[in-house]
Amino acid sequence: MIYLDNAATTRTRPPAVARAVLEALSSCGNCGRGAHQGALSAARTVYETREKIAALLGCPRADHVCFTPNSTQALNIAINGLLGPGDHILSTDLEHNSVLRPLYRLREAGAAVDFVPADGRGRLDYGGFERLLRPETKAVVCTHASNLTGDAVDIAWVGRFARDHGLLFLLDASQTAGVLPIDMTAMGVSVVCFTGHKSLMGPQGTGGLCLRESLEVRPFAVGGTGVQSYSETQPADYPTRLEAGTLNVHGLAGLSAALDFLSETGIETIRAHEDALARRFYEAVRDLPGVTVYGDFTAPLRAPIVALNIAGCDSAEVSDELAERFDIATRPGAHCAPRLHRALGTEDQGAVRFSWSCFNTEAETDAAAAAVRVLAREAAEG
Amino acid sequence: MRQKAEKCVVTFRTTAGAMAMERACKAAGLPGRLIPVPRSVTAGCGLCWAAPPDGREALEELVMKKHLDVDGIYAIIL
Repeated sequence: MIYLDNAATTRTRPPAVARAVLEALSSCGNCGRGAHQGALSAARTVYETREKIAALLGCPRADHVCFTPNSTQALNIAINGLLGPGDHILSTDLEHNSVLRPLYRLREAGAAVDFVPADGRGRLDYGGFERLLRPETKAVVCTHASNLTGDAVDIAWVGRFARDHGLLFLLDASQTAGVLPIDMTAMGVSVVCFTGHKSLMGPQGTGGLCLRESLEVRPFAVGGTGVQSYSETQPADYPTRLEAGTLNVHGLAGLSAALDFLSETGIETIRAHEDALARRFYEAVRDLPGVTVYGDFTAPLRAPIVALNIAGCDSAEVSDELAERFDIATRPGAHCAPRLHRALGTEDQGAVRFSWSCFNTEAETDAAAAAVRVLAREAAEG
Repeated sequence: MRQKAEKCVVTFRTTAGAMAMERACKAAGLPGRLIPVPRSVTAGCGLCWAAPPDGREALEELVMKKHLDVDGIYAIIL
């Protein structure tokens, strides 16, 4: 199979990831529960992973890296833990439902939300941030890159905007952690939410949020922490404050190994390879008759994603043809990005998304482009 | 049971704090190990760093230098 659905989850991982998970399964106890070697091994594994994430994302303190099962939970914790009724929140049309649905729910509870619009090509109207600002605006919540088009948001610009207006800046880095540079301290980001199973190449069931110092996040879940057992309330110190229940130590061991791979390879090297493959594919398909490609490929920094449609064909049918006839895995449909599909005018048709990882090759990319060429020709011939 | 002796014990509010202490002590070559918190000490976290009794000054210096998040430092018989 040619796997080009890495924006959904990475399938090919560094071999060390599986080895680390297996090793942890047979050696780790429960992090923070006891002082025997198994428990300490688990605690060390978790802490090392915190340190590596902090270094990668510019988090000021390793103990301000809090783990969750995925970025959706991290976003729910950050959004509901920092914002509430009466607040005004700015977001964008590029968002995934993991941002949109918590914001919509908050709106029902009495918050106000405005979305900076995207144009018909998916480009964000940065002037919208200033236009939509209100005296009661408390935060900007936005993605680092669209999971549909791959277009990146200039988060250094958003960070300056947030700082200039005294706003919190909550960043969804689900598509970018591990591939685009993020330094939350330098870029003025208050909270970075990440998932472990995409560009970080760790196991599913890993993710988390990195917090700048002095943020008071209300815990989403409370319960067992292994510390302060006689307190009736959740401990106030991070990371324990946001980590009720047993952590996924086995998954985090795999994530730790994946972070070693990223560090040894260099995310610049990885980004350059993935970007070159995505642009190679874009150049091969952009002018094919009947093919429409979405997104802005003039931008120097973007996630390795190409979304397209062939004539008026249902994206589900195209994706199924790619899978069944050419053994190429892609993602059709709405991609949990309803606002951007509306902006692009693809609400009914959806789009076929191709997304790369550092383990994809030029040969795979060319094979995918050739398959699109065949399907475009067949569509034109009726 | 083992023979009791005086120890310098450092307690923490979180497991992450205990891990940071262990990491810093190992890097600095300071002796000690993580043990379950004895009942004579009040602490949030179930782990504490137990060091030789003459290690207190060096540990306090390390805590200051590395901005380690500790709950307390005690001299107790273990």
